[in-house]
Amino acid sequence: MISQLTKNERQLALVIAVLVAICGLVMAVAGRGDPFGDHGVIVLVFGVAVVFVIIGGYYTPEPSKDRLASYYDDPVKAGIVFSITWAVFAMFIGDWVAWLLAYPDLTFDATWASFGRLRPVHTTGVIFGFGGNALIATSFHVMQRTARTRLPDQLSPWFVLVGYNLFCILAVSGYFMGITQSKEYAEPEWYADIWLVVVWVAYLILYLRTLARRREPHIYVANWYYMAFILVVAALHIVNNLALPISFASAKSFPIFSGVQDAMTQWWYGHNAVAFFLTAGFLGMMYYYLPKRAGRPIFSYRMSILGFWGITFFYMWVGSHHLHYTALPQWVQTLGMTFSAILLVPSWMAAANALLTLNGAWHKVRDDATLRFMMVAAVFYGLSTFEGSFMAMRPVNSLSHYTDWTVAHVHAGTLGWNSMITFGAIYYLVPQLWKRAQMYSPALVEWHFWLSVAGALVYVFAMWNSGIVQGLMWRTYNESGTLAYSFIDSLVAMHPYYIARAVGGFLFFAGAVVGFYNVWMTIRVARELKPETMEEEPALAPKAALQAAE
Amino acid sequence: MNGFTHDSLVGFAKSWGLFYLLALSLGVLAYTYWPGSGKRFDRAADSIMDDESGPWA
Repeated sequence: MISQLTKNERQLALVIAVLVAICGLVMAVAGRGDPFGDHGVIVLVFGVAVVFVIIGGYYTPEPSKDRLASYYDDPVKAGIVFSITWAVFAMFIGDWVAWLLAYPDLTFDATWASFGRLRPVHTTGVIFGFGGNALIATSFHVMQRTARTRLPDQLSPWFVLVGYNLFCILAVSGYFMGITQSKEYAEPEWYADIWLVVVWVAYLILYLRTLARRREPHIYVANWYYMAFILVVAALHIVNNLALPISFASAKSFPIFSGVQDAMTQWWYGHNAVAFFLTAGFLGMMYYYLPKRAGRPIFSYRMSILGFWGITFFYMWVGSHHLHYTALPQWVQTLGMTFSAILLVPSWMAAANALLTLNGAWHKVRDDATLRFMMVAAVFYGLSTFEGSFMAMRPVNSLSHYTDWTVAHVHAGTLGWNSMITFGAIYYLVPQLWKRAQMYSPALVEWHFWLSVAGALVYVFAMWNSGIVQGLMWRTYNESGTLAYSFIDSLVAMHPYYIARAVGGFLFFAGAVVGFYNVWMTIRVARELKPETMEEEPALAPKAALQAAE
Repeated sequence: MNGFTHDSLVGFAKSWGLFYLLALSLGVLAYTYWPGSGKRFDRAADSIMDDESGPWA
């Protein structure tokens, strides 16, 4: 890892790590007695650990000039491992939260294990830990190949990846301690937010530098999606997190917006996080890895461009559909609703483009679980974007809002679309990056696939039922004009669905554990192979083809 | 803050906001369907099929 850095890069890395450690020390001293100080200790330990890693490899020989003739994939490898590790951790917490809703005693009387603290651990862990690391890793991989150039240097990709994970650790550890600014998907406090801005701007500059060095004249469409993801997430993050800390030695801050403006800013952020983190970024992944795995170019390149601009234009306006029947002006709500309806066009363009690419390759979908992950992802993407446009309509929203239907919708998107496309990309990348003909066990990839599909379907159907039952119970009046059911009545009716949801979530989590084991073993086998035995590798290829044909 | 009221912002959004969105849409449509760019796009779509050999010198 360190041996791939030049002498200058090692020195610079050391300087950065020491500065981070000093920052941690200052935070720890200034904020003693406040959770801010505890976070200072975490930053200090993190910085010192990185210093030790750098010193450990500091005196290894410098990399040779030959490296410039190949792509720089070390940070991609690390990002994939971080991603699948976060997946296992955060999906475990997610399933715990699901059981907690069915059996509220599962907090074991510990404050850190209460629902309000575990839930953001789950959401931040899966969205930013699992999804974010996968996006950063795949973007490094895709930008080098499509631009036919190497990353401009070896240090900045590590800064982005490791710095981003420090942000994730600060966020998640903070929730356990009770640190939150109470904005959905933007819970981390001001100092973590400022750190993320530094990391994210470095990411943007790295991407622009790579594109500027490109040898391929045309910028492939996947890069546009990744660029939109990086650029817009920066804007969203900065504006929504504008806040003033009560002191520079305290974790607590207050947003500069208030009332309905704060709500509007939050959902402008919240829905565009869906748009540019969970949609544009992952569409970039899909537009590269799906054609690659299917062995066929994308069905319509023109449609991919139109879809890109459609998504970029329309998504920006739809956030207000989260605020129907609130103090937000009616015309802003209607604007959000209208753009949500139009948004279906570019969304389905992407889904149709992906599925039509598979025409002529359906036999591969049957034989290859990796490609099947990507196919199912495209189907779920189409389904959940349709559902989203539908739920944004004011009358539908009056039934669905505050119910588990929203939870079903979100998980159709995250389990069915984001996770499936990521697992597909991981199973494509791992054998290639670690120079293996195939994964350690193709059978386990099948297991992971069916566990994921079963888990997602059980989860989503349970929550659809539960949500609609909830919505109907809350709006049923009796003859005297009062509510027919108390809130507790609806809770009792939910109980069986909550158990089903937790079972579905467990299946999905089990699939992620299987995937983690398979990735781990593939890497281990690759490491155990001596260079001379690597020549035997091609012998594996016919075996893989045979297995695929079975 | 005279002249920069809620109503004037709404008016701006409903007129110029609409026009700029329409213009952007037309621009994108023209770019995408510009005659002659089809060959370039086909080449771009095919270009990812063999990109593992390493960076171009």
